[in-house]
Amino acid sequence: MIEVQNLTKHYGPVTAIRDVSFSVAPGEIVGFLGPNGAGKSTTMRILACFMPASGGSAKVAGYDVFRESLEVRRRIGYLPESVPLYTDLRVAPYLEFVAEVKGVPRGDRKKRVGDAMERCRIADVQHRLIGKLSKGYRQRVGLAQAIVNDPAVLILDEPTIGLDPKQITEIRELIKSLAGDHTVILSTHILPEVSMVCSSVVIINKGVIVARGPIDTLVDQFFPTARVEVEIAGQAPPAVRDALRLIPGVVAVNDLPGSDGIGRYMVESSRGRDVRGEVFLLAAQKRWDLRELRRMGMTLEEVFLHVVAGEQAGPEETA
Amino acid sequence: MKIWPIFKKEMRLYFTSPVAWVIMAVFLFIAGYFFYSIFSYYARVSMQSAMNPMGGGLNVTDGVLRPLFSNFSVILLLMMPLVTMRLFAEERRSGTIELLLTYPVRDGAVLLGKFLAAFALYVLMIALTLLYPAIIWYFAPLEWGPILTGYVGLLLMGATFIAVGVFASSLTENQIVAALLSFLILLMFWVVGWSADFADPALGRVLQHLSLTEHNDSFAKGVFETKDVIFYVNFTLVALFLALRSLEARRWKG
Repeated sequence: MIEVQNLTKHYGPVTAIRDVSFSVAPGEIVGFLGPNGAGKSTTMRILACFMPASGGSAKVAGYDVFRESLEVRRRIGYLPESVPLYTDLRVAPYLEFVAEVKGVPRGDRKKRVGDAMERCRIADVQHRLIGKLSKGYRQRVGLAQAIVNDPAVLILDEPTIGLDPKQITEIRELIKSLAGDHTVILSTHILPEVSMVCSSVVIINKGVIVARGPIDTLVDQFFPTARVEVEIAGQAPPAVRDALRLIPGVVAVNDLPGSDGIGRYMVESSRGRDVRGEVFLLAAQKRWDLRELRRMGMTLEEVFLHVVAGEQAGPEETA
Repeated sequence: MKIWPIFKKEMRLYFTSPVAWVIMAVFLFIAGYFFYSIFSYYARVSMQSAMNPMGGGLNVTDGVLRPLFSNFSVILLLMMPLVTMRLFAEERRSGTIELLLTYPVRDGAVLLGKFLAAFALYVLMIALTLLYPAIIWYFAPLEWGPILTGYVGLLLMGATFIAVGVFASSLTENQIVAALLSFLILLMFWVVGWSADFADPALGRVLQHLSLTEHNDSFAKGVFETKDVIFYVNFTLVALFLALRSLEARRWKG
């Protein structure tokens, strides 16, 4: 549904994104993940035909965003990050305007606008001025204008930013309910959101894609082993390491930076095996002073920190 | 072309915000004051000339309508930039242009919708001044021909002002800059005729022809000349074309 190839965008001397390539299958919800200023909005603006790329190509629903922009724009619903709305219009007339501009036939307009308001739960404010609405309501009006023409592709830039937890949950449910009929690409820097809503992710950092794929595959790819962090006081590290390595299933034991007299170890075992019990029994048997035993989360968050923060911290660590 | 929804949206924005009301009120207040002073001055002069056996030669068209229309054009020169300044500048500042231009609607339709909305507001504004000829008509016989051509002239000139304003507004995201810029352009084309007298005769004719006022005066006199119509129409089209280019530039700037 979305095909992006070697997309590059310069703002003067600054390169916002470089050689970004990914594709999104029909009916999929893809999370576009990255720290602030990574190039998420730039990519989405290009996909929404708001501005042209400096290089590369992007196709949405089979149409080129640059050469067949009108065809693309007929098939997308776009919600920019700042949720720009006409503050001097009332909600219902605004959505009717959007429906009309997006080419919803006159007969369907009332119904589509009603449906969109229903889905986004803004029917109760339909006669209010948009400028007088709270941030949460505005966000939902923004979402309603994106879905009012029932587009094949939805491009949502930070759709849950500035909402309270209850609203966030509602919006996520709404987005999930759109999957299947709609292809959704949504950007965010809230990680749990991605694991909850999206089937796959594209992680972008400093304008370059650093990881992409289905969430589970990504986690496996970056963390092929399960990890347990162990802290043991008053023992010589080499002895502890050797003992730990003898536990069945353990693949590797590495030292972690610890303080005086306290050793910290990273015990890696094959995926799906929890060696915490065995570590505890071993420590009890050897009468080690076991201070901490913690399983490391192998979540998307770890992957993200690994590829984004790791990349930033990496050179300094080795230097 | 989806001009109609854009037009409706702009009209709604004009009238749900105080902009349209304030502009119409201020315009009618100033125009009404000018009408009052011109008409009462004319009444006094005609009274004196009635008592003077050598008097005569006064007529309402020359005595009231021509100065009135020429005053209108000065007020409009000052006010039309305020009507048009928000059309694109406001959308740029608030970011709504990002949504508007990603809707499946051509840049030209957006431009024409906005232009026509400002023009409709202008027509409404001008239509309300029909009250003044009606008042004159109550007191004195009136030639309707010059009034008709006078209003046609005002409409044509207004279209020009609006097109220039739309162009200026498409260049910036600051409404004040947009207003000042369109005011500057209009004023330059307003006064360009003044220097015609000092210039080389050939150049002077060109300068005179470029002047926005020069072309309006003949309408107020009741003269309907094709060259004046063509001047205003061309001016409008050129300004709209430039505005379209400035909108499209964004789509091409890699």
